[in-house]
Amino acid sequence: MRLPARAAQSNSENAPFFEGATAGRLILPQCSICDFVIWFPREICPECGSQKVSWFEASGRGTIYSCTTTRRIPGSWGKVTPFVLAYVELEEGPRVMTNIVECDPESVSIGDSVEAVFEEALNRDGEPGPPLLRFRPTQG
Amino acid sequence: MSIKGKAFIAGIYEHPGRHLPDRTLPQIHADVGLGALADAGLSTPDVDAYYSAGDAPGFGVLSMIDYLGLECRYLNDTETGGSSYLLHAQHAATAIAAGHIDVALITLAGKPLTGGAGPGGSGRVGAAPEAPFEGQWGMSVPGGYALAAQRHMHEFGTTSEQLAEIKVAASTHAQHNPRALLQDVVTVEEVIESPMISDPLHRLDCCVITDGGGAMVIVSEAVANSLERHSIPILGTGTYVKSSQSGRIDLTHTGAVKSGPLAFTEAGITPSDIDYVSIYDSFTITVLITLEDLGFCERGDGGRFVSDGNLQAPHGALPFNTDGGGLCNNHPANRGGMTKVIEAVRQLRGEANTPVQVGDCELALAHGTGGSLATRSASSTMIMGRSL
Ligand SMILES: [Zn+2]
Repeated sequence: MRLPARAAQSNSENAPFFEGATAGRLILPQCSICDFVIWFPREICPECGSQKVSWFEASGRGTIYSCTTTRRIPGSWGKVTPFVLAYVELEEGPRVMTNIVECDPESVSIGDSVEAVFEEALNRDGEPGPPLLRFRPTQG
Repeated sequence: MSIKGKAFIAGIYEHPGRHLPDRTLPQIHADVGLGALADAGLSTPDVDAYYSAGDAPGFGVLSMIDYLGLECRYLNDTETGGSSYLLHAQHAATAIAAGHIDVALITLAGKPLTGGAGPGGSGRVGAAPEAPFEGQWGMSVPGGYALAAQRHMHEFGTTSEQLAEIKVAASTHAQHNPRALLQDVVTVEEVIESPMISDPLHRLDCCVITDGGGAMVIVSEAVANSLERHSIPILGTGTYVKSSQSGRIDLTHTGAVKSGPLAFTEAGITPSDIDYVSIYDSFTITVLITLEDLGFCERGDGGRFVSDGNLQAPHGALPFNTDGGGLCNNHPANRGGMTKVIEAVRQLRGEANTPVQVGDCELALAHGTGGSLATRSASSTMIMGRSL
């Protein structure tokens, strides 16, 4: 079942990430001083404090660091249980909170290989917004 | 400068209510604040400092200082979720040690069951820089803690049965607390068979939801010496914020790995000296990880530790949450930090419920965890003694 997809509200600081998502590309910030790959997207390096940040395209591949199948939850998410909430560790380092989709929620495990998918999302006015970064089990 | 022995807990009060449709939020703050002052033998004109968190309705704590009719020269409404009140106690003790204030009042109140403003500064949450990256995935509060539990199980082999032992111990204590919301003793099997909320956390792995509140009064040595009631000295405190670790979060530990050693060092004692602990228990997994982080057992060994009867009062090696804790007694305003201190003070005074009173209880530790283990959290640890 399709999960709720409320578009995130982007701003001038994180816009490159969401413009990338709109184009189906995973764009991450990287510190221009210490090369640290920054998560969550922002224009400051939490490792060295630099505000010199550049953006690059990541592979979209990762592995599941942790996951839980949620079975009871209030609101709109309660209509799509069971669903999988997870942290995916990207090849480039960051651990990203997300959902695992296109899967059997009973057979998703820590350590599984996954790949990024961008899912359509609507903003509060029902207009299309930046797609959501979710992951599915690696195909083939 | 150390705060050791400079500040004293003179009064405590836990609201007796668990469902308060007919009390306003300010009334509950007043109920508990006046209750703690009366417990100390003090009254509102004695107060010169006031602390609360996002649960104080209105314009920070200004509205509550005005409502209560206080005259304050120190105030603070730092918001760290459920650990806020331990953090406030630390700050009050520091201000007392510096000679700035003599009597600090700290209150907690909330009505998650019957309406009223939700605590947590929810109006500010949407503006958080992390919000566009965390708010889209259906993370409930239990779901977030489930992520931590799953990783702990994966790395260390922790089991659902071991987590259930924590609830069993809490329920064994709660049967002696006539005000506990849940007073029935439960078994490991009953925990495991309760509905699954978010793997691996069952309904009985989660704390209760209650209206209510609590308060404490912290005073200088001069004031403590003037009171009829014996005051409890604060021996050590520590606070640490565990961030999302620059996007490399490790879900198997909390900020207690740093707040604990800070408090133990200040108190000049070690974990093996502690007679009683109040451990923040939003979920069973919160307790297990915190016990490891504070050094009561080895990292990864929490599952075995909680299964060996160590937590059971009065004779276990480390009796915990003898009021039944947030898992059974009370989790007012979805925040457990205040009740953690209150039960520790009861133990040190010898005023816990008789069957769970720890014999010769001389040193107690209270620990709060606020925010979410899944993202960012603030840990505060406080060590108290029966005497200096
Ligand atoms: Zn850097």
